[in-house]
Amino acid sequence: MNTPYRCRPAQILSHVVLLFLAFLFLFPFYVMIVTSIRSPQELFVREFRWLPQQFTGLQYYIQAVTDIPALTFLKNGVIVSGGILFVQLLTAIPCAYALAKFQFRGRDLLFAVVLFSLTVPIQAPALPLFLGLSAIGAIDTYFAAMAPFFLSVFAIFLFRQTFRSYPDEIIQAARMDGMSEWAILWTIVVPGCLPSIAAFSVFSVVAHWNDLYWPMVVIRSTELMTPPLGLAVFADSESGANYGALMAMAAILTAPLMVGFLLAQRHFIRGITMTGVK
Amino acid sequence: MTAAVELRNISKSFGETQTLRDVSLSIRPGEFISLVGPSGCGKSTLLRILAGLAPQSSGTISIDGAEVDYLPPSARDIAMVFQSYALYPHMTVGQNIATPLRMRQLPAPARLPVIGRIWPGQSAKRARIEQTVIEAARLVEIEAMLDRKPAALSGGQRQRVALARAIVRRPRVFLMDEPLSNLDARLRVTMRAEIAALHQRLGATFIYVTHDQVEAMTMSDRVAVMMGGEIVQCAAPTELYDNPRDLRVARFVGSPEIATISSDELIAANEGFATLLPHTPVIAAFRPETVSLVPVAGHLEISATLQRVEQLGHEILVFLRLAGGARLTVRAAAANVTLPAAGQRLSVWLPRRTPMLFDADGARIFRARHGEPAHAG
Repeated sequence: MNTPYRCRPAQILSHVVLLFLAFLFLFPFYVMIVTSIRSPQELFVREFRWLPQQFTGLQYYIQAVTDIPALTFLKNGVIVSGGILFVQLLTAIPCAYALAKFQFRGRDLLFAVVLFSLTVPIQAPALPLFLGLSAIGAIDTYFAAMAPFFLSVFAIFLFRQTFRSYPDEIIQAARMDGMSEWAILWTIVVPGCLPSIAAFSVFSVVAHWNDLYWPMVVIRSTELMTPPLGLAVFADSESGANYGALMAMAAILTAPLMVGFLLAQRHFIRGITMTGVK
Repeated sequence: MTAAVELRNISKSFGETQTLRDVSLSIRPGEFISLVGPSGCGKSTLLRILAGLAPQSSGTISIDGAEVDYLPPSARDIAMVFQSYALYPHMTVGQNIATPLRMRQLPAPARLPVIGRIWPGQSAKRARIEQTVIEAARLVEIEAMLDRKPAALSGGQRQRVALARAIVRRPRVFLMDEPLSNLDARLRVTMRAEIAALHQRLGATFIYVTHDQVEAMTMSDRVAVMMGGEIVQCAAPTELYDNPRDLRVARFVGSPEIATISSDELIAANEGFATLLPHTPVIAAFRPETVSLVPVAGHLEISATLQRVEQLGHEILVFLRLAGGARLTVRAAAANVTLPAAGQRLSVWLPRRTPMLFDADGARIFRARHGEPAHAG
């Protein structure tokens, strides 16, 4: 007499733990959504209520896009994280391919340098980067917000691992068929490694969409602010007390990532399990 | 569309280890030649050097008299079929087969993913490519699968796609790197026949690498046996079987393996061999079909212990051990023998003539004596 797999104590326990963790992570989002659709007074009452007493509809959302430039922040977020991702892929893919599939003098040293660079946080070179950007007059531009991230050593490392496992014989067949090395890379190898490219894209976009530190250093004008920076600025200045509008703005600014992740979830998980980066 | 291939003194070293030592081989136009040998003998390396996928350390390769040493793979007019098929996984079968033609016939912008489709002035070429692809697919009977992805095909079908991709541009020389070793045994036999038929039909030069001596023997005009980075012997299959120049070749070719008995033991088993063998110690070798289980007039009788019998239906293989410990194998028709139980003694008969002889280093000894032929058949 076997108990069905899903009813065993260990299974039940692990699900209880998972449910608890899910609750822990989802609760702030719930508060964000619910606060954006009820009157701010309800935040300061003693007892906690799951549903709004006074439903305000889309009022705060309309405020968020009219009074606060939430849509501009959204656009800036797309430009900055999209631009960073684009250049990162453009630079990291050829580097990773060379490190993975070519024999040349100094290759192992170069790869060691890549691994070493993984350990350097952005805060370390922040000051020289700032001085450099300021010297060329690039402070307070999209370029300044993106430039330090154009070369991603993490991407080089991740793609090198993926490309290494790409079958050599297919690459040799492509050479026999008369393809150039660039054509082999972009039309044969890259399409075969899309899951790990998708996984990296999610990592990169999430990191730079949510990054507050660097935009805060180089961006001054409101019309160039990325979502977290805009949120931070408006939280402690103008609409400091308007929690409804703030939460509505936060909801608008996190929505693209949530939707994007839900759409790419399967690729993302496949890419991560495939490359063994966990 | 066929070409002679000439390899002169090809050597290849990876650091300290020398994979190929001074390999020379002339391949005639239209010939089907196999490179066969145990794994690690350098046969795949030699093929890759020929293809231009790896550089040789020294030596020259010429195709139709022209040296190709510095030409990239695509400029050598060679096609290659890989063991793992090496199909492009994200392309359909049709696109896979079309790739070598597209690379050669369409200008670069017309090959781009989106712009390529609307690039002007290519429709005639495109139609011609499509037609050629269909012809190639028909030749290997996969024209019904042109729209499928390789992942949706069986191993045998994938190998056909790889063949079609190789033949589509009608190269002068085909290189095949163990193309059948990922297939199951039954399919291997059919594909063997098909590749041989394809060779007949195309008339191009085929260079076929395999570790399977049966594959090499059944398909090729000539077989080059490679051991330790050298070609030990290159000859027609029957010559290789009947007249190996080296004990390693003799052992590698033929199944079950050739039996070897030292001359001392052979004379101990039957004094009659004393006059047939040289006075210095040598190794005598017997193919399983030269040994008889029934008395033959004039043959020399020796006694042995029965180890094991393998029934193959139409014939049997009998594995014996001599008193001195040497092994001997007999191939006989299944019908006309009655054998004792395993472990029992029995007599077998060997021809009264000089057998194949090898010296201690494994080199063949040719000697004529008493008007006998230089070797045992």
